[in-house]
Amino acid sequence: MVDMTAMCDVAFLLLTFFMLATKFKPDEPVTVVTPSSINTTLLPDSDVLLFTVDKDGRVFFSMDGQPKRRKLIEDLNTQFKLGLDDKEMQSFVLGASVGTPLKNLKQYLSETPDQRKKTNLDTGIPTDSTNNELATWIEYGMAAQGGNFAKLKFCIKADNQTPYPKIKDILDTFKQKHIQKLNLVTNLEAPPPGTAAYQEMMSADTKKH
Amino acid sequence: MAEMDTSSSGGKGKHGGTKSKKHSTRVDMTPMVDLGFLLITFFMLTTTMAKPKTMDLIMPKDTKDEKDQNKVKESTALTILLGKDNRVYYYEGLAQDPNASADPNFFKATTFANKGGIRDEIIHKRDEVAKQRNAKGEPEDVVVIIKADNDATYKNFVDILDEMAINRISRYATVDISDQDKTWIKQTEAANGVK
Repeated sequence: MVDMTAMCDVAFLLLTFFMLATKFKPDEPVTVVTPSSINTTLLPDSDVLLFTVDKDGRVFFSMDGQPKRRKLIEDLNTQFKLGLDDKEMQSFVLGASVGTPLKNLKQYLSETPDQRKKTNLDTGIPTDSTNNELATWIEYGMAAQGGNFAKLKFCIKADNQTPYPKIKDILDTFKQKHIQKLNLVTNLEAPPPGTAAYQEMMSADTKKH
Repeated sequence: MAEMDTSSSGGKGKHGGTKSKKHSTRVDMTPMVDLGFLLITFFMLTTTMAKPKTMDLIMPKDTKDEKDQNKVKESTALTILLGKDNRVYYYEGLAQDPNASADPNFFKATTFANKGGIRDEIIHKRDEVAKQRNAKGEPEDVVVIIKADNDATYKNFVDILDEMAINRISRYATVDISDQDKTWIKQTEAANGVK
């Protein structure tokens, strides 16, 4: 019989490491099935303002970095006199995407994700031209970066079934804010055989070998 | 490892009598290791799950000034319209001429299918335009105009942008749909019995 103590030790060491290192993201309020494209650029982990759009066209905002999120919510609180307390702000800092009109933000943040589903506060950020709060979120999201815009990326993660007019509203909002470069979040798919992209990929592969 | 001889009966070569059977203290650890590795595999796989990719979308500046606007030649343009239920319509040129639709084959419908869909039309038009020469004698580039109807979905939009990437079309633009285009889509839908 082989002595398996060492192997067992290694196995459990790795197990403990992965269990501790795995960070579970807070539950997103909506599930989004993104379309596929042949693009291979990775979505960066940091310096991203992510706008999630679900199949009904509800817009949700999220941003990485807890200090940045704190700055964002504090700015919004003072500017729009939302009257948030520390607990509600902490809920924003640690929480997932937020998608609600600013006037409901206080109640939204005081509730748990389960309660929000019941009270139907997940109505999305308004994007209509009369009350374009999306522009506000973009503006304050940028302000929270502390002047470091070089790496900042604006990502739109929309569902396959999102109606196009909603996307157009969002793109127009970015245009108004003079942001021309956007990133659309997609899944990877292989280029179809016989096309220009496929041939390029093939010739790149043969050069490598 | 060091072991102590705990047998009470000392002396060498003394057989017989009562000798207590030694139980092995070793436990079979195979199931435990199995479990350990199963969990490791699980966590390793879940932590590196498919990272999403991104597609660059660069939007043009809104310019009121005629001088700053790029002019597109009628002969190099291909207009693609996105309709409901993943339908795609296309016509060559910009259709600035209202009589263009007099030709029954002017406004055509197709799909996103891999074969015989919009991709074939893009490739066809691209190669056709590449035969033309501009003022400097260089081959012309096709300019694809993308217009999405209100019934189109985000998937259609990304799919058509992806076609641009797949076919290496460097010049394309997304433009607001005109009322004329909407009428044409309606007519084509009515002709094909689409509700």
